[in-house]
Amino acid sequence: MHLDHSTTLPHHHSHSAEPVRPDGSRRALRVGLGGPVGSGKTAAVAALCRTLRDRLSIAVVTNDIYTREDAEFLRREAVLSPERIAAVETGACPHTAIRDDISANLEAVEQLERTLRPLDLILVESGGDNLTATFSRGLVDTQVFVIDVASGDDIPRKGGPGITTADLLVVNKTDLAPHVGADLDTMAADARRQRGPLPVAFISLATTGGIGPVADWLTERLTAWHARGTA
Amino acid sequence: MTGAALLVLADGRFPAGGYAHSGGMEAAVASRSVHDAASLAAFCRGRLHTAGLTAAGLAAAAAAGHDPLMLDGAADARTPAPAVRAAARRLGRQLLRAARATWPSPDLDLLARSRPQGVHQPVVLGATARTAGLAPLDAARCAAYESAAGPATAAVRLLGLDPLDATALLARIAGEVDDVARAATDAASRVTADGVGALPAASAPLLDIIGERHAARTVRLFAS
Amino acid sequence: MTGTAHLPLTAPAPPGHRPRTGAEEAPVTAPAHPSGTSVHDGRNSPPSGVHATARVRAGHNGRTTTVPLLHSDGPFHLRRLRPRGTRARVGVIGAMSAPLGGDRLALDVVAGPRARLEVTTAAATLALRGPTRAPATYDVRLGVGEGASLNWLPEPLISTRGSTLYQTCTVELAPTARLLLREEQLLGRTAEPPGLLSSRLTVRRDGQPLLDQHARYGEPAPAWDGPAVLGPHRACGQLLAVHPRLRPERRPLLIEDDPATGHAVLVPLPNAPALLVTAIAPTPARLRRLLDTGLAHILAAASGAEAGMVP
Repeated sequence: MHLDHSTTLPHHHSHSAEPVRPDGSRRALRVGLGGPVGSGKTAAVAALCRTLRDRLSIAVVTNDIYTREDAEFLRREAVLSPERIAAVETGACPHTAIRDDISANLEAVEQLERTLRPLDLILVESGGDNLTATFSRGLVDTQVFVIDVASGDDIPRKGGPGITTADLLVVNKTDLAPHVGADLDTMAADARRQRGPLPVAFISLATTGGIGPVADWLTERLTAWHARGTA
Repeated sequence: MTGAALLVLADGRFPAGGYAHSGGMEAAVASRSVHDAASLAAFCRGRLHTAGLTAAGLAAAAAAGHDPLMLDGAADARTPAPAVRAAARRLGRQLLRAARATWPSPDLDLLARSRPQGVHQPVVLGATARTAGLAPLDAARCAAYESAAGPATAAVRLLGLDPLDATALLARIAGEVDDVARAATDAASRVTADGVGALPAASAPLLDIIGERHAARTVRLFAS
Repeated sequence: MTGTAHLPLTAPAPPGHRPRTGAEEAPVTAPAHPSGTSVHDGRNSPPSGVHATARVRAGHNGRTTTVPLLHSDGPFHLRRLRPRGTRARVGVIGAMSAPLGGDRLALDVVAGPRARLEVTTAAATLALRGPTRAPATYDVRLGVGEGASLNWLPEPLISTRGSTLYQTCTVELAPTARLLLREEQLLGRTAEPPGLLSSRLTVRRDGQPLLDQHARYGEPAPAWDGPAVLGPHRACGQLLAVHPRLRPERRPLLIEDDPATGHAVLVPLPNAPALLVTAIAPTPARLRRLLDTGLAHILAAASGAEAGMVP
């Protein structure tokens, strides 16, 4: 099972992430993607967009340290039309923008929802940060933490809020494991110890269809999100 | 009413988006016109006595209960640079979101409904202060302080300055912040008799110019 | 007001200028209304210095612009100049050095409905220290009526060492009025530190605030020469164009942005067909060039010659 507080949002979140639109329908599912610099967040977002855009109406908010770099990449790669990509400046504090003061990101998310409705999915990509950076539940409904094997196979063992609490942990660049001496079994065992039943996906975005497990997981989350809406 | 409400509102951690704005500091650092503690002080004092004074007047007038939409028009006239206006409106929207959650009130709800595109931040600040039971001078002090503290904090991140130097600077100019807040509050007390023309309109050419320069950049850390 | 020298921040302000409190100075005096002449408020004469109000009123008689009122006063000699096309022109000729400390000078200009008027000055206005460091005031009040067009294009104002000048320029525009306004301030003559210059430009259109800018340069204005305000530059100015043909959605334009040659930005003002150029420069000539460049952009935006804004 996954942690998801969205159905039991306490009252004080009512200015942040009301799950139901005024007309009673459920708004887009908001998904946060966090993780250290260079782990492949932007590549994952691009791959998700390419995989899901024919079935779903998607928008992206980027929070790069240097704002717009990731947004520019996504536009260049033409994974979505430009109006579906918004960039938020973080004042050199990427973790603040997704956790302590989410107002700029909320603005961007709501603006996309207003101009592109109906949207199914909004991906909020954090700026590259450290292992403690997680998304506020006021901003996203579910979050993915992306690490990679090349940064060291001891990262899952070290833990931190991103590793231990993300709804999905993605371990990227598995194709590099033999080259950097990373032991995927150890990483999986450490992740299980840190995360209990929360899922982990080992992927290689360099491989065709590598994003598959993440896209499948997101699709399930989206189904569950709508099921709750009609319940 | 409650002095602690002022601390909540003035706290840099109050989640209203201010951390992502440098008040022109990023552009000033990029052009090397701010590069050390002395130029940082000159920048912060200059902003305090211009944009800060103007903001403090608007905040005090809003806290005194003057029509926020009228004050928003006065803020527009005092903010010729579109980039600076856009930042002020954006911060106003973000502050209003936080304020409505923090101090719920029909007045703030009405303000949000009347101007979905946002109201200048100092006006929202004043309206929020009023809702929180604070006085016009409190609101003016908040606005004046933030006008110097925002860029000072940004400079610490941008230049790697000693944060203690930046904080010492803010302490050193605290008297000036108080002077500005008092002058702004005095001016606001004349709005009933003399209209919004009574409010300070202190301007700074370089803040407008570097504000537009910053907005035109594609690589930047801060929104303004 | 006493005749003794005071620090400007504590000196009693002349009547019509409210007392200054620490960091701020008072708002402008009541403006002339476009539909009528301004009212002289019968302020008390200061103990020293000239007290003068000059007036210009232009109207339209159905065929052409006329200037029925041309009232010179004190240092202001007003002179009709040869019209340019359908635009009547008036020159302000300074008959003496002004403003000196203690002087209280005003110039009221009204372009009545449909009138087309241009007012210029023959030479730069020098703010000089008087017998005391008492402040001088110089209030320009411009009114532009329905369908009327006013160009206010004075030569620069120069703040000299030891002077204290409170200048205001207040403009009331009817909804269909057109305006071209240029103000230039030079802080000190060559290699001279300036006095204190307080300059407020207030423009209302249809009774609503359009632009309100208050500059304070020179000691003891705080941090006026710092990186948020003027930096090393000592020449600054603004050029404002209001014209129904201007497109307000125009994007801002950085005309020049180089510490060696100056900085200038052209911006659209909100809620009105109005464009503003703000410029600062190391020399008066550079400043004028930046403002002229800005004007060229504005004229292009308004399909200029046709719009009749060429000064």
